[in-house]
Amino acid sequence: MTDELFDVRLVVNGAAHDVRVPARRLLSDTLRHDLQLTGTHVGCEHGVCGACTVLVGGAPMRSCLLLTVSMDGAAITTVEGLTEADGALSAVQQAFVDCHGLQCGFCTPGFLTTITAGLRANPDPTEEQARELIGGNLCRCTGYQNIVRSVLRAAELQRERAAT
Amino acid sequence: MTRMFGQPIPRVEDDRMVRGHGGYLDDLGHDALACAFVRSPHAHAEIVDIDVTGALDVDGLVAIYTYEDLPDRLADPLPLLIPHPALTEGRTQYALARERVNHVGEPVVMVVAQDRYVAEDAAERILVSYRSLPAVVGIEAARAATQLVHPDVPGNIAANMLQTVGDVDAALAAAPHILELDLSIERSASTPMEGRGVLARWDPESHRLRLWSSTQTSTGVRAAVASKLGLALVDVDVITPDVGGGFGVKIMHPWPEEVLVPWAARQLGRPVKFVEDRREHFISSAHERAQLHHVRVGFDRDGVILGLDVRFWHDHGAYIPYGIIVPMITSTQLLGPYKPGAYRVEFDSLYTNTLIVTPYRGAGRPQGVFVMERTMDAIAATLDLDRTVVRERNFIQPDEMPYDHGLLFQDDRPLIYDSGDYPTLLDKLKKLVGWDEFEAFREAARAEGRRVGIGLGCYVEGTGVGPYEGAHVVVEPSGKVKVATGLTTQGQGHQTVFAQIVADELGVPLSDIEVVTGDTRRFGYAVGTFASRAAVMSGSAIALAARAARAKALKVAADALEANPDDLDIVDGIVRVAGVPGAEISLGTLAVLANPLRYAFDDAAKAATQFAVGDTSKPPVGEDDEPGIEGRDYFSPMQSTFASGMHAVVVETDPDTAEIKILRYCVVHDCGPLINPRIVEGQIHGGVAQGVGGALYERMAYDEAGQLQNASFMDFLMPYVSEVPERIEIDHLETPSPLNPLGIKGAGEAGVIPGAAAFASAIEDAEGITITAMPISPSELFELRRRHEERSSP
Ligand code: FES
Ligand code: FES
Repeated sequence: MTDELFDVRLVVNGAAHDVRVPARRLLSDTLRHDLQLTGTHVGCEHGVCGACTVLVGGAPMRSCLLLTVSMDGAAITTVEGLTEADGALSAVQQAFVDCHGLQCGFCTPGFLTTITAGLRANPDPTEEQARELIGGNLCRCTGYQNIVRSVLRAAELQRERAAT
Repeated sequence: MTRMFGQPIPRVEDDRMVRGHGGYLDDLGHDALACAFVRSPHAHAEIVDIDVTGALDVDGLVAIYTYEDLPDRLADPLPLLIPHPALTEGRTQYALARERVNHVGEPVVMVVAQDRYVAEDAAERILVSYRSLPAVVGIEAARAATQLVHPDVPGNIAANMLQTVGDVDAALAAAPHILELDLSIERSASTPMEGRGVLARWDPESHRLRLWSSTQTSTGVRAAVASKLGLALVDVDVITPDVGGGFGVKIMHPWPEEVLVPWAARQLGRPVKFVEDRREHFISSAHERAQLHHVRVGFDRDGVILGLDVRFWHDHGAYIPYGIIVPMITSTQLLGPYKPGAYRVEFDSLYTNTLIVTPYRGAGRPQGVFVMERTMDAIAATLDLDRTVVRERNFIQPDEMPYDHGLLFQDDRPLIYDSGDYPTLLDKLKKLVGWDEFEAFREAARAEGRRVGIGLGCYVEGTGVGPYEGAHVVVEPSGKVKVATGLTTQGQGHQTVFAQIVADELGVPLSDIEVVTGDTRRFGYAVGTFASRAAVMSGSAIALAARAARAKALKVAADALEANPDDLDIVDGIVRVAGVPGAEISLGTLAVLANPLRYAFDDAAKAATQFAVGDTSKPPVGEDDEPGIEGRDYFSPMQSTFASGMHAVVVETDPDTAEIKILRYCVVHDCGPLINPRIVEGQIHGGVAQGVGGALYERMAYDEAGQLQNASFMDFLMPYVSEVPERIEIDHLETPSPLNPLGIKGAGEAGVIPGAAAFASAIEDAEGITITAMPISPSELFELRRRHEERSSP
């Protein structure tokens, strides 16, 4: 038996990729293993941990719950695509460095993408809102203390950068 | 130069990680074949037949292996890593099950295929028939021993161990008060966000194996794999890539997969990779924590303990590859900051048909501390004393350090506390949490119809356990400094803190230092990362190696600058002669000068050819000398160093729903001088969150058939941000250890240790109901209330 293959075009971090995949291939696997964009991590494969979160048309989605064939034409941003065009860290990435928002770094890509989308919707969250924003992502290392701080710091950095 | 030691600088690791450029196990080996395992669906069964025919026509299948295929030493049971005289009935598993399976998740068949999808397709088509046997699940069943896990292990007892100090029976007989307590803690697990994984490449031309494993010990994996595959150590490289958390579970080695994958890679002549999925992690890695304790304590009218008699039972699962380290730690570290009077502790380590138990952050201490702190609270309740007063009266005093308990610790060396100041810690904690003002707060809350409670937990943690670690520091001709140590990293920021140490010792800027951990190609002698030992052990070894490199640099510089080495200092990578402006030479130039070469392959090397440097009346490399500016050294202390700390938590329990809310969480902590306070606090945060999980949420829900009912992140309740305290308030005390060159003590595990103890204390305080088992859920608290009311109503 052989799986039937489907042609799919993905626009990932601004670059178009044509892939041929079986119907069951997960977007997380396509990104990680076919496109070798391994920044997106897989922590559970059942949609609970958020490590695999990518932005699809700007909205955070769990790539372990998406089939690649369903993504034809989609514009996807992975953690690799958060970095500014000139190579500088985005405000959210920088905030994680500033606030020690990561330890092992495995959950981090999912937090970075989730927070990036969240701050677009609400650029000035309260601490309570910062907590809600990351409420669906698991981290086993940080106890979330410095991730909450990173959200607030990222909002601050974004404002600072917008002002200059 | 400002001293780097003690600076809360950001981590050097972060830049690549936040860009998505980390390199974790499954980010490597895109060309590798994938594995899937057929695992036992039964907790206890005989294997009757394995039929693979249905799988053979799966497109992309490469190989199927069962026990029958394993050659030589691979067909032997996996090693019992830590033997002990008390461990009389040690049993370990086969890499693939032979005739019997003893827990759900035990690997039975290995499938190798072009990718994981195909490997799982094939695995699904393999039919294994079993004759199921009654399963032994939980400590009660193991003790009852009406069924045996291993037919040749009577009573399901792998080990019985007894330690005694003084005459406990006499002390208890003479004590004015005696209390008996039955206490229990359930299973939990490390549960790193990244599971296990291993990638192997066999090079048939050089006859060498290269292995990447998401491990806490690369040298341990190398030794185990070399032994199993009959390879020389020098022909096996083990590289630890970025590791997505460990917390203990990844110290276990070799996993079955860790020996099977390299073997298959050699068999097939192709790279092979295994990456565990989340369900596999729950049922085939390792758990910890489950213990049942019976305590008898005798004390005087002031609450001073005269005798303590602890009998406990430890559930170690189906096999015991990691020995009895966990219950040994429980039995000694239970004592915490206290003098127990006469002490007797005895445990049985019991087989059950559940997943194996190996250390999980805290490693037997959370249980011991829970037991001791429950005992302290019970004494306080009996005598109507403040809980902190009872603790104070039993503390070992600072002037009694070093304090010898007269027991043997987990390393079979005497349990001697090297340093610590427990009364000061308690003072700090009381101030931080406002212990003395709490009654007023309680009254105010009560007036609003709210129920609040405060609790505390105190612990002492043996950290930096031996036998040794080593390090290598070398200055490159570019002036860059390369540092290697053999133990591994799972998020602790070693690249940063070790660089901070080298920056100070060698006088070089942080940006010029690069640290590599867990790569046997760079440093082959190491033990591993566990027992909060990395900073103490490798940190010390790195300091010593950097000092050696510094001494060498100064010696070469003294020659070059014609100065006395005592007049030299190194600042920002430049050696300068004190008081002689302009008399200076860079470390990079010294590295060139120290390596007399024959070939001028670049400008720097040209300066160092044998025709350019040196005194022609002497050999180019002196008799006691070596080329280069480098240092290699080892640190091997006589014993562990003992960190300590105390946590207090304020909870509110809902009068109707019995929900438990955390209002405050306070930590005072003494790990000696902090290399990087921000990293230490991060470690505490993560530990506290795991402590919250262990106290209120996490358990392994095995049913009586040995099926793990909650083997997913949907059902195993790991804390999200909504479950952790909004603030973790931290205060430090820094009593240096006399046992290592930097005075440091470990900090990695501390945050989790007193969690269950502190929560039990606080919930009991809020409810007025004795808490004897952790974790505790709202429904359990609700049930406790109901039974309490039943008992108190006439
Ligand atoms: S891997 Fe997708 S949510 Fe966990
Ligand atoms: S940093 Fe390790 S899981 Fe979040």
